[in-house]
This record gives sequence, C-alpha cells and structure tokens, in this order.
Amino acid sequence: MSDDMDPMAEIRASFFIECEELLEALQDGLQTMDDGENDSETINIVFRAVHSIKGGAGAFGLESLVRFAHRYETALDEVRVGRLVADENALKLFFQAADHVADLVRISRDDGEIPDDRSKELLVQFDALIGAEDAEEAEAEEIEFQPMGLALDLGLGGGGMPDLDNLAPSAPAPVLDIDQGSASAEFDYTVIFRPFAELFETGNEPFHLLRGLHELGECKVELIFEDLPKLEDFVPEKPHMHWSIAIKTEADTAEIQSVFEFVEGLCALEVTPYSSGTSEEKKKPTPVVEAPAPSIPDTPPPVLEPATEPMQQPEDLPPQPSEPSVEAKEEKTVDTSQSPPPVKDAKPKASAPKPAAQAAKSVVRVDLDRIERLVNLVGELVINQAMLSQSLEQSGLSSHSDAMNGLEEFQRLTRDIQDSVMMIRAQPVKSLFQRMSRIVREASAAVKKDVRLNAEGENTEVDKTVIERLADPLTHMIRNAVDHGLETTEERVAAGKPKQGMVRLAASHKSGRVVIEVSDDGGGINRAKVLEIAISKGLVPEEANLSDTEIDNLLFLPGFSTAKVVSDLSGRGVGMDVVKTAIQALGGRITITSESGVGTTFSISLPLTLAVLDGMVVQVAGETLVVPLNLVMETLTLSDLYLDEIRPGVKAIRVRGDFVPLFDLGVELGYRAPLDDPSGCVVLLIAQEDGQKSALMIDDIKDQRQVVIKGLDDSFYRAPGIAAATILGDGQIALILDPTDIINQASSVRLVSENTANNGAVA
Amino acid sequence: MTELEKGSSELLTFKLSQQEYALDIMSVREIRGWTKTTPMPHAPAFMRGVINLRGTVLPVMDLAARLGLPPIETTERNVIIVVKCKDGMTGLLVDAVSDIIALSEEDMQSPPELGTEPGANTIRSLSLIDDRMIRVLELENIIAKLESAAA
Amino acid sequence: MTLEILAVDDSRTMRNMIKMVLNTEDFEVHTADDGIHGLEVLDGLAPDAIITDINMPRMDGFGFIDAVRGQDKHRATPILVLTTESSPELKMRARNAGATGWIVKPFDPTKLIKALQMVAG
Repeated sequence: MSDDMDPMAEIRASFFIECEELLEALQDGLQTMDDGENDSETINIVFRAVHSIKGGAGAFGLESLVRFAHRYETALDEVRVGRLVADENALKLFFQAADHVADLVRISRDDGEIPDDRSKELLVQFDALIGAEDAEEAEAEEIEFQPMGLALDLGLGGGGMPDLDNLAPSAPAPVLDIDQGSASAEFDYTVIFRPFAELFETGNEPFHLLRGLHELGECKVELIFEDLPKLEDFVPEKPHMHWSIAIKTEADTAEIQSVFEFVEGLCALEVTPYSSGTSEEKKKPTPVVEAPAPSIPDTPPPVLEPATEPMQQPEDLPPQPSEPSVEAKEEKTVDTSQSPPPVKDAKPKASAPKPAAQAAKSVVRVDLDRIERLVNLVGELVINQAMLSQSLEQSGLSSHSDAMNGLEEFQRLTRDIQDSVMMIRAQPVKSLFQRMSRIVREASAAVKKDVRLNAEGENTEVDKTVIERLADPLTHMIRNAVDHGLETTEERVAAGKPKQGMVRLAASHKSGRVVIEVSDDGGGINRAKVLEIAISKGLVPEEANLSDTEIDNLLFLPGFSTAKVVSDLSGRGVGMDVVKTAIQALGGRITITSESGVGTTFSISLPLTLAVLDGMVVQVAGETLVVPLNLVMETLTLSDLYLDEIRPGVKAIRVRGDFVPLFDLGVELGYRAPLDDPSGCVVLLIAQEDGQKSALMIDDIKDQRQVVIKGLDDSFYRAPGIAAATILGDGQIALILDPTDIINQASSVRLVSENTANNGAVA
Repeated sequence: MTELEKGSSELLTFKLSQQEYALDIMSVREIRGWTKTTPMPHAPAFMRGVINLRGTVLPVMDLAARLGLPPIETTERNVIIVVKCKDGMTGLLVDAVSDIIALSEEDMQSPPELGTEPGANTIRSLSLIDDRMIRVLELENIIAKLESAAA
Repeated sequence: MTLEILAVDDSRTMRNMIKMVLNTEDFEVHTADDGIHGLEVLDGLAPDAIITDINMPRMDGFGFIDAVRGQDKHRATPILVLTTESSPELKMRARNAGATGWIVKPFDPTKLIKALQMVAG
C-alpha cells in the first residue's frame, strides 16, 4: 500500500506471496499425479511452479533455492519429456523436494539459516533418480550471457575477401562514417558482417547491431553492394548487401563478437585485427561517399532501407488493423496481471494451440488489516443495533409502530451484512490440508510406516483465523494417527489388512458448523491399555467401571500418553489434552469414536467464524456473563432438583436418575463464597465433549442473543475459564465463559482429591 | 504551557494517595472518567478488570495497588488514564489528574535504590517542583511486571 | 524516444521486475500473463519490442513467438526470450521459432536494457 516502499523490497515481498501460490499449485499437481493422473498438463504445471520459483529466486540472489530448484526442475523436465516415469519412488522424492522448496522459500523470506544438509540429502536422491549432473554444465548455467563460440560459424571459406575482389566497379559503395571527421584514426579491427535472410526473419536489425558495435569505439562503416543482382533477378526477401566496418576499440575479438550474439548463425561474421592482411585490403582505393554523419538513433540513411527492411515491401504491407480500439488503449493503464483484458472481436488467432483452459478467477488482494477493521466496524454496528433495540423497547413503543418495524428490518440487514463480512475471511481449508499431507509424509517416514493421506472436502471454507489456529492441533492429531493410530506394517499384514495405512482428513459443513475429521484405519483404541495407564497414573480410581466412551475420553486428560516408547514424533510431552484445549479455544468440540481392529476417528466441530456467538446472557454474583448457547443442554431450577452433597464442598444433582456434578459458577470464578441457601439458583446442564454432563449453578438467566466476540489481550492477563469478551447493549463488557475449561479445572481438582480419599465415585 | 526546550519532556501529573506522580505525556492516549469495570476471575489484586473503550476491551489497572499503595476506592471523581505501552493499551486508574508540566533533564534526578516490591523499578526519576516531590513513572516496568505476574 | 515494450511472463515477480527495471521515461511497458493473454494484449499494440518467457500455461513462449511472427505487422518486431537456461538448444529453439535474442534470467537490469536497445534501438 505504501508508495514509498523500496520497489525492490516490494517486488521481493510479492515474490514470496507468489511463491506460496506456486507451492500450492505444486502440491496440487503432485497430488494429482499421485492419484494416478498423468496427463501432460499436470506435469507442466508442476514443472512451471518449480521453474517460476527458481526464476524469481535467481532475481533475488537466493542461491540455495535456485540451486535446489534447478535440480528439481531438471528431474521434472525428464518426466515432462518422457525420459523418466513418475513412479511411486520418484513421486515420493518430488513430494519431499516440494516440502523442501517450501522450507527454502520461507527460510529465505525470513532470512533464516539454510538447511544445506537437507538440500544435499535430497540432491543425492535426485542424482540417484536421474544421474549426477555434469559439473561443468552446472557451472555454465550460472554464467549469464555466455559468449557463444561465434568463430564456429564464420569459416565460410574465405569470408569477405573474394567479395571485395568482385567489387562491381559501377557500384560505388557508400560509406557511413559513424564517427564523423575521424576517418584518419588508426583502426584496430575490420569486421565483415553479412546478414542472411533469416536474420531479418527473427526481427533482428543490422542497424542496431552496427550501433552496438559503435558503442565499442569509433567505426568507419562501408555498405558493400557489389553483389546486388540485376533488377530482374532481384529477390526482395533476400539480403544482397553486406558491411565492412573498421573499428578503433580497446575491446577484444570476443567482445566484438558478443555484439552479434543474437545473430550468430544468421550472418557471416569475420573479425580481423587490423594489422593483418585486411589492412592492405582496406587501403585499396575504394570509391567512397562520405555520408553526412547522421544522428543515428532516429533515421538511418535512406540508402540502407531496402537492405535493412526487406520484409516490408510496400506491396506486401498488410492492411493495418482497422483502428486501434479505444479499449485496447485503455489496457495500457490496467495492470494486466490483475485482470486479463476482455477478449475482443479479434481476428482469428489460428496459431493459438489451445483455447483458454479457464478464465482466470477475478480476485482482489486485500490487506487483512482492512478486513479486520471492517469486521470490527460490523461488530460495532451489531452492538449499536442491540443498544438501539433495547432503548426502543424500553420506550414502550408499540411493536406495530413504524419504528419497531423499521428496527426489525434494520436487524435483518445487520445480520446479512455481518454474514457477508464474515464470508470475506472465509478460506478453503486446502492450504491447511496440504500442510497436513506433508506432516503425514514426514511422520510416516520417521516411524517407517507406509501411509497414505486421503483428503476430502478441501474446498470447505472456514474463517482464516480458525484455519491458522487449527494447524497445531491438527498436526498433532495427524502425527498421533500415524504414530499410534496405525499399526506397524507387520501387524497390518498379520491382521490381513493392506500394507499401506490410511489416514483420512475430511472437512464438511454440518448445520452451521464446520466438521473436521481425522481418522485412521488402524487397530482402534486399546481400551484395556488406556484404562491401565490411567489407573497407573492415578487419573482414575482402580476399581472404576468406565464405559468405552469414558475410556476413550481418558486420552484427553492432561498428562496422558499411550505410547510404550516415547517416540520422536508425538511424544514431545504434548498430549491430546493440549489439542482439546486448542479446539475449545476456537469454540469447538472434539469427540472420539473407535472400533477395535477397524480404526479411530477424531471429530472436531467448529463454529464457522470466531467473530460471533449465540450466547446465553446470565447473572452471577452481580456480574453479567455469556455462556455459549451450543453448550447449554438444558436449564433447570435448583429448587426442583435433588441436591446431593457427596462430601463437603462436592455437590451433585440428580437428573433423570443420573448424578451430575454441580459447580457454583460464582465460586469457581472467585466472585463469591459458597452460598448458604442456593435454592433460588438456576442450573445450566452443560454438554461435555465426551458426552458427559455437568451442571453450572448461576443466579439468573437474562437473555439469549447473538454476541460479537471481542478478543482479550492474552499477553496481559489470561483468566482461567474465560474464552473472550463481548460488549452488551448497555455498553458494559461481559465475559464469555469457557464452561468446559471451568468444569475441567474444577473436576481435575476433584478427581485427585477423590482419589486420595479413595472414594469410588467418578466425576 | 511553555515552549519545549531541548532535552526536556512534557509530563502529565496526577495524584495517588496524596502523592504526586507523573507520566511522559507521549504515552498518554486519553483521559476518561471512571466507569464500572468488569472484573476478571482470579486476577491479581491490582487488576481492576476490563472496560469498553469504543469497542475494544481495555484492561484497567489500579495504579495505587500496583505501586504498593492502598487500593483506590473508586468514586465518580476518579479517572482512568489510557496509555499506550509497546503494542498494547492499558487503563491506569488514578485519584485525579493534576497538571501538565515541562521538565528538563536537569530537573530530574535518578531515584535512590528502592528495592522494595512491588513498587521497585517503577520510578524513573524524581523531581522537585515548589517543594513537592514528583515521581516520574517508568511505564514499561509497570506494565511488564504485570505481564510476568500473569505468566 | 520511448520504446514500447510488451512483457509476457506467467510469474508476477518477473513481470514486476521487468516493469521496475524499465520504469524510466525511455520505456512504456505492457504486461501479459501467458501466450494467449500476450496475443490479446498485443492486439491493438505496436510495441517496439516483446519480451517473453518460455514456460507458461495455456500457450508457451515458442507458441507465442510463432503466433506473433504469423501476424504480418509483427513479422519484424524484435522478440527477446527470457530464459533461465543458457543452453544452446534452447536458444536454437527460440531462434527457430523466430526470436530475435535472449536474456538469461536472472537478468542484470543494465543487460536487459542493453539487449532491448540492441534489438529495438
């Protein structure tokens, strides 16, 4: 956005953004290839992605990236031209290389330490795949504008000498003295330049070449047209003239030849140091016409016209396009990279090999800050609308009055705007899933299992912030699935299962929420072992009689880990409890289903956006709080219930025959001491992720409404049991509860105290 | 207000428990009247809670409690000084705002070593104006201490 | 004299680089994302020179050059190929398609300007 930014830095930044897109295309392409589709366009896309990354990287001097991408590209090119089959092994390497390119890109972007060892490791594998690269060839790649061996094409038996001998006496050769008035200077070289017809066909222009030569030093140019045929034999498309240039320069032969780099093979070129025999030649009295030293850039002398522009014979001139349309003119100002211009009437382009594969989707890049600002403003709008509603209702207006009707419309519009704004931040989970496919590759390689990731619903859209914050918990779950969920290859074979294990990652929209499932086709949860570990760690009492679901949910208890050997992967002291906490922080729930011998599925259910929440506004100890409505199963009045005191301070209520632990929210939040007489209180039955129920005691329910979520500055103070805050209609801030967190904290304290008391009841 | 000289700074002075304190005015964003705070569960005593500052959630600190003075008993007359420190905004609850003064470097002295918690390192310098001692606060340490207390 | 240039490259970075390098009063730069787009942009333009990448979606550089040369009014328009390789085969292919010259990526800004002047004045 800032105009004063260093243009190079800006381009560099945009390069890295482009890289992310290219990396995504690369992953996609490789996935398509892995799925068994080997059409040429897919490999082309993959190739181009790596190629473009390499190209850009070169421009910014990102050596390591260029070097690695180059080798990768070479291998892909082998596949492209059909010399290499992209079999399982090759694809595995391609995937790893793609991951590595992604790493290199990000490390380069952040100026980090380049992992050269990893590059080497993969380069060795590339060598094994396509053979080692010729060192000299690699070297040559890095030299720009390498002068080609021009001499090879110049032999032409005798060069210009015989031509000079055959000088038609009747045709005086005009001399274009580029360096006026210095004809007497000592010249260093003679250059004979004889263009072939092909030179003109490639759009080259002798005039520019001569000027390039002139930049090396003083020139005396002679146009020699002694070969000019008789008019009846004249072929307009064929050059009939050549030039002899005497040049005074410090440059060596190679430098002079480099001027003619583009036309190598398209002309006969002879560069001879002046001291040699050519000088004699030069001294031959040649009829010379001194050209009046033209100003070179603009108009070459007319005499050159027929030779330099043989393609443009007047009679051949194509009709000019009827009019350069205004539309076309406007395109100049449009950044064509953003929006391809509309296809105009246009003459048929016969040479276009393929029709446009697809129209590029029109996309606007917007700074996330701007969207955040819009989201915040809409949040304000919602709050203001709530405040207005409140005061209008209090004013005692009839619900049929114009004002109230208008308010209703206003509410609906507000809601629509809010939904639309939230959609701006929605993104497909694809990028997240791609990262996970990398995790599967790395994890399976580390534990030496053959694992395939099946991703479904990649285009499901979720709030960008949610996607970002899902990365860590999902990574952990995927690692768990590979490490613990799937059996070893031997075990699978013994169980009659396919050798290759499968991890499935699926996203979908279900009733206003996003559901993400991570499943494996492994052995299922070994419940006996889980229970044993939980007991040995004192997480549950020894004689506890738990249902399957209850046992499965033990995995979410802090400090639980089933791995016999703490593996490198998932045993980093991070347990599923951390995953659960992270999911809950997103307003989500996580559940497990597992079948012995068939596999395990973790299911995460998330709100579509983090910005709004359907909440129940409640009152506790004089404070107003918001409870996420989706967690409230039922509201009850305490006076209607049996309240059991299991032991001092530990209470439970009986709901249809079940004991449900009861927590006083005011006490748990530290707002008040336990009530002597709680009989007037209201009880909220809260659904736990594991299907268990808990009860929260509050003073009163005030309202049920949608609230705008305001983040709390975590770095400042992180309050336990509080997920976020919101602003109510009266302008006051209300905290949004995380009931599960509150209950977990309270019950973990209880479980431990009950264990020490050897009490059989399980919370 | 006098023209600022080189090496001098403008300070906002205010009262806490009859003592005079000052903050660099550059860190002050606004001053607003007392509004009821929403308390945060299990927060340290000097953390009064949060208020709605035009749509954002602003944490408010009882500056007296933070400096080890008796906590402020809030009335309508109390004010909240909204300061910006590093990336965050914080409200500081004080008794009353007094004045804006300009002090030069020479007017300010380093405080004697005051190693007593919780007020340690919170005073940047001291200054005498008409025999009144003004304590210039080190905002970063006041807020930073809070962060570590929460961690 | 301002040279009108059309730069065709599927890499936004490259297009930006070219635009930046040629961001002087001596040049007026138009850009396109690939061969097809290049032809669309070219329709109605009479650039003094064209710069094109080789590897591009939809229509690659060879196809593009071929198509440009097939249009009478662009038969002599100088076309420079942007290439990451300096292999003689690649240059030959470009030349056979009708390219005027080549620039090896990553290009040195002065070389790009020089190469343009070499083919287009």
